[in-house]
Amino acid sequence: MISKKEVKHIAKLARLGLSEKEMEKMEKELSSILEYFEKLKEVDVSQVEPTFHSVPIENVMREDEINAKRKEQSAKLLYLAPETKDGYLKVKSIFKDGSN
Amino acid sequence: MDLTELTISQAHKGLLKKEFSALDLCKAYLDRIKNRNKEIFAYLTVSEKLALSQAQKVDEMIAKGEEIPLLAGIPVAVKDLLMVKDLKCTAGSKILENYIAPYDATVIKKLKAQGAVILGKTNMDEFAMGASGERSAFGPTKNPYDLTRVPGGSSSGSAAAVADNMACYALGTDTGGSIRQPSSFCGTVGIKPTYGAVSRYGLMAMCCSLDHVGAITKTVEDAKIVFDSIKGKDPLDSTSVEPISNAKTEMPRINELKIGIPKEYFIEGIDPEVERLVKQAVKKYEQMGAKVEEISLPHTEYAIATYYIIVPSEISANMARYDGIKYGYSTMKSTKHKSQDLLDVYLKSRAEGFGEEVRRRIIIGTYALSSGYYDAYYLKAQKVRTLIKKDFEKAFEKVDIILAPTTPTPAFKIGENVSDPLTMYLCDVFTAPLDLAGLPGISIPCGKINNLPVGLQVIGNYFEEDKVFQVAQIFEENK
Repeated sequence: MISKKEVKHIAKLARLGLSEKEMEKMEKELSSILEYFEKLKEVDVSQVEPTFHSVPIENVMREDEINAKRKEQSAKLLYLAPETKDGYLKVKSIFKDGSN
Repeated sequence: MDLTELTISQAHKGLLKKEFSALDLCKAYLDRIKNRNKEIFAYLTVSEKLALSQAQKVDEMIAKGEEIPLLAGIPVAVKDLLMVKDLKCTAGSKILENYIAPYDATVIKKLKAQGAVILGKTNMDEFAMGASGERSAFGPTKNPYDLTRVPGGSSSGSAAAVADNMACYALGTDTGGSIRQPSSFCGTVGIKPTYGAVSRYGLMAMCCSLDHVGAITKTVEDAKIVFDSIKGKDPLDSTSVEPISNAKTEMPRINELKIGIPKEYFIEGIDPEVERLVKQAVKKYEQMGAKVEEISLPHTEYAIATYYIIVPSEISANMARYDGIKYGYSTMKSTKHKSQDLLDVYLKSRAEGFGEEVRRRIIIGTYALSSGYYDAYYLKAQKVRTLIKKDFEKAFEKVDIILAPTTPTPAFKIGENVSDPLTMYLCDVFTAPLDLAGLPGISIPCGKINNLPVGLQVIGNYFEEDKVFQVAQIFEENK
């Protein structure tokens, strides 16, 4: 089970704005979904290793090379950003009054 | 001759014999889209200019007497989760409503290199989270067989476009059934390859360890053509792999073929007519000489719980990139929200940009990964995943191929399941286990219930797509 307080905490961790009404709805829906997850308690996995990838894969290395097209590519990416300045992404101040 | 009814191989032959030009073919599809898309809503973006210019190039090649590849001049629809350079790529989400893809996905590069004609981008459940197409931020796609029903999802537009002759074939993605389930609902052929067989570079990630790129086509032959064109290890996707060398890709002679039928796939809740049609298909193989035996995949009943822990967990990480700062919907410059700080931008951009199902899964996933719960949910699910994978490995020691239903029911009504997330999640009960195990599977039509198509699922061992195609084709040819 999950409480509204927990939903609120999780939403903040996820950086997801939720209205009071949505939080109440989430609380109900999540509780029934989490209850469904309880089913896995029936399975004994004490001797089982986890599978993070279904197909065996290896680390892939490459040379650290300079990308000649970098400028052209970064211009294309910056074009997609809501606000930029001097070739950088612009963000709002981290502190409320903006003086720090 | 209606050009939009042709398969890839038929259209290719027509082009070679100069029965029609690539431009004729392209225009036939664009006309069809103009007439039908309002009703079906399979396409979010129609890329008429790009398609016409690509078709023209192929015609020039043909005129010069150059040899053309199989997919040259053949019109394709692309799920709006795969990037096509300079076209909008929305993922069915308001948060990417105006996003223009800055580069081509590897699979798109491969199709373009063959001279494919890209008709446009298809509708889908937002970020592929859904099994009905109803979760698109831009409105639902309708099932061409019955406009009051869903086409399935999340590759809703891709399946509907192929079923309604608005594309010769389509690219889709499958994380829990998103190629095979809509193929079953729309009467198309849908292939989900082995995990890693096709590059995911340029695919917007939902759940990295389960996302697969594949194809939706009219025939098994076409599915093989597309798969062979897009597969292969890609230096830009470090999870892509070369097929293992000991894969038994050749199908044995039909009277030596051993087919397994998982008893856990014929359970309570399955539509009795679906069960009848699938069993009838199995009978057909038996009549042709194949040996059929019942097998057990005992952990099937835990697949959905496992899947719906792993998926939201990876989603909560993957969706973090949509932050209102780098790209996509943002409240940064909104006049509605004054004096915002950085946290406000995150909270509000994501609240206003993401739809309900995406928000729900972000919350579930964040919870499952949060301190104190990781072992109980995510790690536990990944261990159960091992058991699900082992079930299949054990089965494939005894049989060459597994046959099963693709979905427990035919297409349901629009609105029927949308308010109950758990019921919707259960749509994936026969398809999600393959994603968890990483195995290849194809859905092919095996009959209809009251004009609604039903899919037969053919499941193969790792990297045995060719065998899957051969087994599927036998049924298609002897229907």
